[in-house]
Amino acid sequence: MSAIARPAPSRLPGLHVLEFNVAVYRRNWRGSVFSSFLEPVLFLAAMGVGLGSFVSSGGGTVGGVSYLEFLAPGLLAAQAMQTASGEAAWPILGRVKWDKTYFAMLASPLGVGDLLVGEIIWITLRMAMVCTVFFGVMVAFRAVLSPLGIFAIPAGMLTGIAFAAPIIGYSARLNNDAGFNALFRFVITPLFLFSGTFFPIDQLPAFLQPIAYLTPLWHGVSLTRGLTLGTIEPALAVVNVAVLLGYVAAGLVVARVSLARRLVT
Amino acid sequence: MTALSPTHRPGADGAVVHARGLSKRFGALTAVDAVDFDVAPGEAFGFLGPNGAGKTSTMRMIGCVSPVTEGTLRVLGMDPATAGPRIRARLGVVPQENTLDNELTVAENLLIHGRYFDLPRGLIRQRAAELLDFVQLTERAKDEVEPLSGGMKRRLTIARALINEPDLLLLDEPTTGLDPQARHLLWDRLYRLKQRGVTLVLTTHYMDEAEQLCDRLVVMDRARIVAEGSPRELIDRYVTREVLELRFPAETQAALYTEAVAASEDTEPDVAPLTPHEVEPVSAVVGPYALESGTAGSGRADVRAPDNGPESRWAALDGTTAGETATGVPEGWSAGELRSALEGSSERVEILPDRTLLYTSDGEASAAAVHERGLRPDSVLVRRSTLEDVFLRLTGRRLID
Repeated sequence: MSAIARPAPSRLPGLHVLEFNVAVYRRNWRGSVFSSFLEPVLFLAAMGVGLGSFVSSGGGTVGGVSYLEFLAPGLLAAQAMQTASGEAAWPILGRVKWDKTYFAMLASPLGVGDLLVGEIIWITLRMAMVCTVFFGVMVAFRAVLSPLGIFAIPAGMLTGIAFAAPIIGYSARLNNDAGFNALFRFVITPLFLFSGTFFPIDQLPAFLQPIAYLTPLWHGVSLTRGLTLGTIEPALAVVNVAVLLGYVAAGLVVARVSLARRLVT
Repeated sequence: MTALSPTHRPGADGAVVHARGLSKRFGALTAVDAVDFDVAPGEAFGFLGPNGAGKTSTMRMIGCVSPVTEGTLRVLGMDPATAGPRIRARLGVVPQENTLDNELTVAENLLIHGRYFDLPRGLIRQRAAELLDFVQLTERAKDEVEPLSGGMKRRLTIARALINEPDLLLLDEPTTGLDPQARHLLWDRLYRLKQRGVTLVLTTHYMDEAEQLCDRLVVMDRARIVAEGSPRELIDRYVTREVLELRFPAETQAALYTEAVAASEDTEPDVAPLTPHEVEPVSAVVGPYALESGTAGSGRADVRAPDNGPESRWAALDGTTAGETATGVPEGWSAGELRSALEGSSERVEILPDRTLLYTSDGEASAAAVHERGLRPDSVLVRRSTLEDVFLRLTGRRLID
């Protein structure tokens, strides 16, 4: 009996945290799936087709492609950013503060590192869902010009994780969700508007352009756009991936330290 | 009941928990100050103490989620600093605040928690069915947790803590905030676990809970252990067998209280926590008086001493119509004389703003002695001493917020 009751520890205990997330998602997946499909449809219809036809009626293109083709990959990266940020904000604070789920998890062999591994794997899966659905909508809107475009899905996922990792660290330090208003108002929304999603950043005032180059969203947009338009430059793509991986690595360190400071005292 | 048959594998020295000089500091605050204790296999061991005494900090260190600042701690024979996950695999934890997954059902809570311990799903389902039966929640298995009552959530938390068949169950204030029915049901379940040989370590500030459940307990006050023993031993050691509670008319009691406070200020009463060696079981020490009459709002009568001062005599208290029936005290007595008379009738006297406690080996005899001296309190109550008397003796009557 006790041989069954006390098996050898599993190789990746964080997978049990993933199981928790799946159990929660199974209870409220409908709304999330619907909105992850509806948002790209609405955005591409309004901005890509509606605003795009207005742009091209003046005979204009953006870098030689239609506005829809220019915009769609930027929106994919931006939606990955927004969904990942949301997943790393309220649910994490809830598990630290409101439901105290993490304290229940830590009353088992799981440690803080396992919690973080489980959450990151879960958000990566969510990114895969969101980016795949978005890519499917793009195909339906005929906004994908290159076979390389399929790699916009992993590029979008990487963009999302580059935001999720540091935001987990931020959430672990909050005492209430007022901090999220500041995060979304002063970080996420400005990035959404000014990181090259809607217009090339060389349209920005010169002093703002270096700042845009530092943000993870600009690198994500640069990657996804290069892939779906087939205009990708290998050297730039390497820089884009390196910067995003740097955000992931630094974010994981911050998240690990913040969670430990909050949970193991 | 396979889910509830534990196998004990304590450390080499036989103790399930072994602490020597165990300390926990948060910056300048010392939450636990060099405590020593051992918990034996199969024992129900309690930490008693007021809020902030260091009970929860101690429990979190035993639960391997709070690093030890100083001293030695061994849980199931292992060091939490190096074997945390291996120790936690064999613990069950019922925290002070519920940590249930409110969005999931009762059964899902058990399933998911069992998975944290890497148990196979089939085994968890089998144990979950047994445990839900044990805590009388079988009919709620498919319901969400959120709408359950406080008592049900507490029972579910205990069932969840048992999913890994723990060798040691840690319970931090298991019944705080529950109604009497829910508390008694929980006590019954915990008693059954104890009978099956599960080692229980619990914190509480309910004395009846400690008397019901604990084989042995320590009293903590201001980060230190101030007493240790079985409930009966502690009562024998720190208080008398019985307590005689007297309630004099409000003005008499107020004058008596004022006089006692004034007297104790002359003699510097010992309101610091008493260590076992310092306590004199039979003495005429009066006190402690840390609770002043003006702050006695917590359920006690708000009695204010008259302005007459402690030296005034009882005939003067009530003006012209003063007499035995009005004051309960022979005419012409001073508050000091009343206190002496009470002290002469018992082994120790404690004067509170609203009533007077006489600690005595024979409550009826003391009541008769009080009556013989011509004293006529409004009410006289003889009762057995409880752990609560020990607790208040050791930790004082200060309000702790």
